[in-house]
Amino acid sequence: MITELEKKIIRALQEGLPLVSKPYGVIAERIGITEEKLINTIKDMRTRGLIRRFGAAVRHQDLGFTANAMIAWKVPASFVDRAGELFSGNPAVSHCYERSTSGDWQYNLFTMVHGKSPLECHEVAGEMSRISGLSDYLVLFSTGELKKESMKYFLE
Amino acid sequence: MVLDNLDRNLLNIIQSDFPLTTEPYKTLAEALGTSEDEVLDRLSRLIEDMTIRRLGGIFDSRKLGYTGTLCAMKVPPDEVEFAAGVVNSYPGVTHNYLRDHDYNMWFTLLARDKGEISRITGEIRKKTGIDDIISLPAVKLFKIRVNFDLTEG
Repeated sequence: MITELEKKIIRALQEGLPLVSKPYGVIAERIGITEEKLINTIKDMRTRGLIRRFGAAVRHQDLGFTANAMIAWKVPASFVDRAGELFSGNPAVSHCYERSTSGDWQYNLFTMVHGKSPLECHEVAGEMSRISGLSDYLVLFSTGELKKESMKYFLE
Repeated sequence: MVLDNLDRNLLNIIQSDFPLTTEPYKTLAEALGTSEDEVLDRLSRLIEDMTIRRLGGIFDSRKLGYTGTLCAMKVPPDEVEFAAGVVNSYPGVTHNYLRDHDYNMWFTLLARDKGEISRITGEIRKKTGIDDIISLPAVKLFKIRVNFDLTEG
C-alpha cells in the first residue's frame, strides 16, 4: 500500500532534488513535514523497494556507450530460466526479461546490450549464443530515439 | 562534453549512493575531497548539459501499482513522424525507439492497469490506422542494471 504522504513525496522527488545546501529541508517544507520525517520515509521506501535506486539517472549515450542493441531470443519454454540466468551474468547486459509472444512475433527473451560500437554488440551477441547454444536471435539496433523520459507517477 | 576525474567519481557515487543526510552535497564533497560549492557547480553543469537526466528517485513502477508493457508497431517509413506524434502524446510512453526490423517502432508503456493498456493501444490503432501493434508484457524479470561504471573511461 502506498500512503498519501508517499505519493506526495514521489511527486516531489520526480521533479528533481533542488541544488541547495538542504534539499530535503526544502522539499519537507513544501510537503508540510519535518526534514527528519522526509528522510526516514525515503529510507523506508527504499527498503521496501518502492524506490529502486536513489540518486542520479544518467544518459549513458553521452558516456561512451554509444551503441545499444536489443537482442531478442527464441528460447524453448523449458530453457528460459537457464538462459535468463546465463545472460544476466554478462556485464554488457543491462536488462534481461522474458516476455509474452504475440502473433508473428515469437522471440520471448529480451536482452539490452550496451557497447562502444555496433560491432562490440554483435560480438556480445555471438558470445551469448555460444554460451547458451541458442542460435535463433535478432540484434536490433536503435536507429532513432523518439522519446526518452522518466515516468511521472500519480499526477492524475 | 568532456568529463574529468572529479565528474566521473561524482557520477559514480550518486548513481547508487546519493546521501540521505541533511546536507547531502556537503557529504559528497567530503567523500570526494572537495568543497560543497564545487559539487553544486558540477551537478548543475551535468544537469544542464543533460548528462544527468534526473536527480532524485528511480521508482519501481510495479510496486507503485503500475503495470507496464513493451509494444512494437509496423509503421510505414513515411508515416513514422505522424505515428510517433500519436504514440508519444501518452505520458505513460516513456521510451520510444526506431529499430531496424519490420516492427520498426518500439515503445514502453506504463499504465494503472491492463485495461488502460488495451484502451491506449486501441486508441493508437484508431488514430494512426495501423493495426500491426503487439504488446509484449514481461513474464519474468532476470536483470535490471541502470548504473554504469565510469571510473575506467
